[in-house]
Amino acid sequence: MKKYAAIAAFGAAALTLAGCSSDGGTDGATDGATAAAGETEAAAAGDAGDMVVGFAQVGAESGWRTANTNDIQRAFSDAGIELKFSDAQQKQENQIKAIRSYIQQGVDIISFSPVVETGWDAVLNEAKAAGIPVILTDRSVDSEDDSLYESFLGSDFVLEGNKAGEWVVNEYADADSVKIIQLEGTTGAAPAIDRAEGFIDIIGADPKFEIVASQTGDFTRAGGKEVTEALLKSNPDVDLIYAHNDDMGLGAIEAIEAAGLEPGVDIKIVTVDAVHDGMQALADGKINFIVECSPLLGDQLVEIATAVYNGETVDKRIVTEETTFTQDEAIAALPERAY
Amino acid sequence: MSAQLRNFTGSRVFWPVVILVGLIIVDVIAFPGFLDITVKEGHLFGAPIDILRNGAPTLLIAVGMTLVIATRGIDLSVGSIAAISGAVVSALLLNSPTPDNPWTVVQAVGIALILGFILGVWNGTLVAYLKIQPIIATLILMTAGRGVAMLITEGQILTLHSKPFEWFGSGFIAGFPVAVVIAAVVLILTMLVVRRSALGMFIESVGINPEASRQAGIRSRGLLLGIYAFCALLAALAGLIITSDQTAADANNTGLFIELDAILAVVIGGTSLMGGRFSLIGTLVGVLVIQTLVTTVYIVGIPPVATMVFKAIVVIAVSLLQSPTTNEKFANWRKDRRRPTPTKAIEPTREKVSA
Repeated sequence: MKKYAAIAAFGAAALTLAGCSSDGGTDGATDGATAAAGETEAAAAGDAGDMVVGFAQVGAESGWRTANTNDIQRAFSDAGIELKFSDAQQKQENQIKAIRSYIQQGVDIISFSPVVETGWDAVLNEAKAAGIPVILTDRSVDSEDDSLYESFLGSDFVLEGNKAGEWVVNEYADADSVKIIQLEGTTGAAPAIDRAEGFIDIIGADPKFEIVASQTGDFTRAGGKEVTEALLKSNPDVDLIYAHNDDMGLGAIEAIEAAGLEPGVDIKIVTVDAVHDGMQALADGKINFIVECSPLLGDQLVEIATAVYNGETVDKRIVTEETTFTQDEAIAALPERAY
Repeated sequence: MSAQLRNFTGSRVFWPVVILVGLIIVDVIAFPGFLDITVKEGHLFGAPIDILRNGAPTLLIAVGMTLVIATRGIDLSVGSIAAISGAVVSALLLNSPTPDNPWTVVQAVGIALILGFILGVWNGTLVAYLKIQPIIATLILMTAGRGVAMLITEGQILTLHSKPFEWFGSGFIAGFPVAVVIAAVVLILTMLVVRRSALGMFIESVGINPEASRQAGIRSRGLLLGIYAFCALLAALAGLIITSDQTAADANNTGLFIELDAILAVVIGGTSLMGGRFSLIGTLVGVLVIQTLVTTVYIVGIPPVATMVFKAIVVIAVSLLQSPTTNEKFANWRKDRRRPTPTKAIEPTREKVSA
């Protein structure tokens, strides 16, 4: 795969050269890139038609991410806007390279979903110097200078934690004590930190809720299973598992079943994400509640990119439209889920 | 008896065993029921069983890795091979109209294992015939292999619904998890073959001096090829167990960093990365130390941010305890302390001895 990245980088360099030799300057680079991309010229219609957007994706690490990629590509193609897309394979260095190549190609808007929170100032300053506005999606960057990007479109992870906490408070309104195991996401990742914070903000108000153990399952099924397996031995009387994503919740289901208990009944499960397998488990009654973290932000991204391109000001923080699912809602929603 | 005991305390496995026992004691203090094994629905259930089952894939890979390392090689591609094998079996079962038919599963498993073997032959050819350094030769497949697995799964996590296949990861034979039985059989067979035949000695001689062993008439190239193929075959088997265990093929995470765990287990077990002498029992102890360490983190409730540091401390402790240099220094220090305050007359003699 590295080879492909190298070929892509070489191609990008070639495009820039072509642009420079034809006219010189940034405009020339844009023309060169567009012309080389071929048939997209036909799509030029409306005021956003000749806009070129470069998008640097994190990778294809989960079903969620793939749905995110597909939705963004679909939305831009529906709107007739040229989208240059790259996949960073979960590596920041690849993402920085991709952004640099977009700057060299002179795209009109750069959008990306940062792999990690820090270390973006240099490349974002380069984009700023080149006069290319940046839109963050899904994840934010940790930078003092918020003039480095135009807008951040994504989920509010703290709010997701709040929603999970609120369901737990309602569900256990009559209980005297509730023992909770928390399966955390990758240590240090923004969704893991914020979903834990949002959850504890709500349940922390009532001392009957006790988080007896909280360990990281790295957002994976295997991790969720291994942690739950070990924690069920030392905390056999646990009432609820709160997992920071569906995959860890699915792993927990297997561990609970292996212990001879019934997931969703003996031990209730709340997760975040609402990917297809998670929704199926919810419909089957093995998960009790899912807070959606929607990857379908393509249309919103197109809207913001168009507004920025036309010189309008947009909000610094735009939250993705999201909901929550109970078992009945999952059964109703499953047939039409895009992911 | 006391001679045997002295043999054991002098062996390289001694300190890893001490650390293992130490970890288990910590677990029992944190959670008194840690060693309890009960029978639940006709099979064994308890934390020690979990450790054995979760450690089984690592053990399978570490067995192959021990032999590879004994030839003064290394195989970094095992994690990617595990991912490919999991992806292949999932893709085959998902596209099959009869995923619950045991014969379909046997075929899919067979294809995945054969593919793993072929990938091992590729590694072995690069190392033995094209003379590429093992770390570079296997790095190729380590990087490219995960990409291949991603292509097969199209970047998705493929969820499996095949009862016979789930048997690998969550089934039981005579009360023991299938994964544990498979790993035990592989370990015992490998030990028998390398120790009851001259094969083990051939491997060690190739690791110590490839040229001398070639001149002594050992076909080192064929041997190397076979060992890399065997290692990859075991990696493919481990990939099947991991995939079955989580009932999903996850090209990104299946077997991720398992090569490092396996190498660590081999080294903890006393096999030198310089090749030559190897110990499969040591590797078993190494795997148990690593897996018990993981469980200890959960049982003791070490906060996730401190987990890596805790693991690092234990690994450093094992390495220091094992190192001949530290052991010698430690022995000298003890001798010094036991000795009555040395008079000026003794001092020079001791220095002569140590020099």
